[in-house]
Amino acid sequence: MTEENINPRLGIVVSGSVDKGTEVRLDSSASVEDMVVGRYVTIEGRQRRFFGMITDISLGVTDSELTVAPPREVDSFLSEVLSGTATYATLHVLPMLTMGIEGSEPVKTVPSHFSTVNLASDTDMELIFGEEDETRFNVGNPLDMETKLCLDLPEFVKRSNGIFGKSGTGKTFLTRILLIGMLQKSKAVNLIFDMHNEYGWEGSTEEGQRKVKALKQLFPDQVAVFTLDEENSRRRGVSTDFVVRIGYDEIEPEDIVLLRQTLNLTEPAVEAVYQLHRRFRGEWIERTLALQDSDEIPEGLNIHESTLKNLQRGLQTIRRLPFIQPHVPTNAVRTMLEYLDRGMNIVLEFGRYRDITAYMLVANMLARRIYAQYQERMERAMGEGLAQPNPLVITIEEAHKFLNREVASQAIFGTIAREMRKYNVSLLVIDQRPSGIDEEVMSQMGTKITCLLDNERDIDSVLAGVAGKNELKSVLSRLAPKRQALIFGHAVPMPVAFQPLEYGSAESYKRFMPAGDTGQRAQKDIEELWN
Amino acid sequence: MTESTERVGEVIEASTTQFVAECYELYQPPPLGSLVQVGDAGEELLGVVYYATTASLEPGRRPIARGKDEASEEAVYQASPQLEKLLRSEFSALVVGHAEGGKLLQYLPARPARIHSFVYRCPPESVRDFSTSFDFLSLLLSTALPVSVEELVAATLRQMSEAHEDSRVFLVGAGKELATLLSGEYGRLRAILERIVPPK
Repeated sequence: MTEENINPRLGIVVSGSVDKGTEVRLDSSASVEDMVVGRYVTIEGRQRRFFGMITDISLGVTDSELTVAPPREVDSFLSEVLSGTATYATLHVLPMLTMGIEGSEPVKTVPSHFSTVNLASDTDMELIFGEEDETRFNVGNPLDMETKLCLDLPEFVKRSNGIFGKSGTGKTFLTRILLIGMLQKSKAVNLIFDMHNEYGWEGSTEEGQRKVKALKQLFPDQVAVFTLDEENSRRRGVSTDFVVRIGYDEIEPEDIVLLRQTLNLTEPAVEAVYQLHRRFRGEWIERTLALQDSDEIPEGLNIHESTLKNLQRGLQTIRRLPFIQPHVPTNAVRTMLEYLDRGMNIVLEFGRYRDITAYMLVANMLARRIYAQYQERMERAMGEGLAQPNPLVITIEEAHKFLNREVASQAIFGTIAREMRKYNVSLLVIDQRPSGIDEEVMSQMGTKITCLLDNERDIDSVLAGVAGKNELKSVLSRLAPKRQALIFGHAVPMPVAFQPLEYGSAESYKRFMPAGDTGQRAQKDIEELWN
Repeated sequence: MTESTERVGEVIEASTTQFVAECYELYQPPPLGSLVQVGDAGEELLGVVYYATTASLEPGRRPIARGKDEASEEAVYQASPQLEKLLRSEFSALVVGHAEGGKLLQYLPARPARIHSFVYRCPPESVRDFSTSFDFLSLLLSTALPVSVEELVAATLRQMSEAHEDSRVFLVGAGKELATLLSGEYGRLRAILERIVPPK
């Protein structure tokens, strides 16, 4: 085969097993240095066509004496003769899919001996990852290939998903791209707990101060920005739709329980919260904080003085948050639900209140109530045959704080992750320490996208339970530190390392725009913004 | 057989695997490793010259030294013209293939050559045709001979490379075939390869 051939032949299968993958002897015409771990190949078996990934490349000799007395000159006649014959290269290929007439399916066998192995062409890749259409959204290109990697987004949002990677590897950019995709191609609405104010309005790039646009600027008709910090939003020039305030009376014991670690509460203090709530009802926070010493603790409540002090210190922390007020006129949860029902996506900005206490309190409170509403509506919809509420995707950052082993069973996000789509609510988890997330939650995630990780435990927890884990490990640890990611799970037929689309230039925004009138209008808006 | 084909001798001993021929001219055996053919065109036997001798016609009568008073070697022969008739050159060839109905086959023929068959040197185009395949190498490598097999293989390939336009490409191809045949015998492989290094 000539080099111009689109499907250059690489070699033949010489051994293998379903478990460990196949060994491919490289033809002497193919250069071993052109082979890259993570590249895709097709294997032409007798009856089936296999699709696999190169996971290792090694050099071999037929006679060990060659390593003792190698040819003296590198470019000599001797080395020319020996290369590809007495000295050869083998590729370790992990077959992942078999391609039949009815589409692709996971591999259950190995190709027969001497099956030809070719480099996968763009057409092959398209066959597997599909073309962009009404439900498929292009998120990037497989590494070293021109083909588009398309995700079936309605399928993607049916389960909880995770985006992982060390800080600075492009998680936020990847998330923006996925959110845009969901906005365009799935019926789901998003609720984004935006800890660092990056998704609603402008964010900035990692290197410099170049501003990049975010959801509301691109899709003003579909996105509402809610804020906890009106002043901060105004200063940043964000047009907000609603200012979220939380009343003392809205805080329930369950909301405090989750904050046990962050508020440094003791076990008895958590017990006391329930007792106090039972006694004081909606006024429990104010009345608890008003208690001067243990003498004032109402009769019948078994609370020690040190416990009370511990609890009060914790509640003071919450009271100091400016968006927590004794009484609020508008219920934030109700407003959010109204927006979500209209199909609007909500980005909740935290402004200056970036500490984890505020984030956990608010995210948990709101999500818990919204989830309860969804649960009720879904049950009613099933019972009475009404329309189901729009599928909801809740995006949370720093997920290991909500979903670690201690709180995952109590936090609402643990429940959402486990119960999945039963109630039309799923999660998009963004995190840099996946090893901190409860294993049970991790195992329930449909699709995982991971940028570079270099902690052994993080890698293990992300790849837990995936076929060919060790092989993927070598691919994952060789990703570039930026703009490269590995995706695997429910939404893709096989794991694939890819380069996410470029995001941040005027050109990139155009690509994300939907076609049609709204698209043109939005594009005009963008050009104005850009100029 | 074409007119240009050079007739070099006549078969005087034959077996399935080899044949011995006497040269028509003293001291004119074909070079070591050259390809020779025996028999009718289309049905010929092909051999590789692996050994040549020149000795007295009668086994019991050894030649004696005659040049003590002569000025040159040439003068010895001029002084004793009978020498040309008392000495003879012979060469042995290993059968490496044959033709059947005009088709070249690189394995042993069904029957050995006939005595008194004429032996011809193969012209370059026949050599080229024959050496498009390297199957004959395994026949050479597996034989026990009075000369070293590595020497013979190297000589054969050097001879054949002269018939090819790009001798380097030919030798690399042959080398690769040898590398496969001699996998696990790097010492032998290297001995051959070092003897067929093409000129730069």
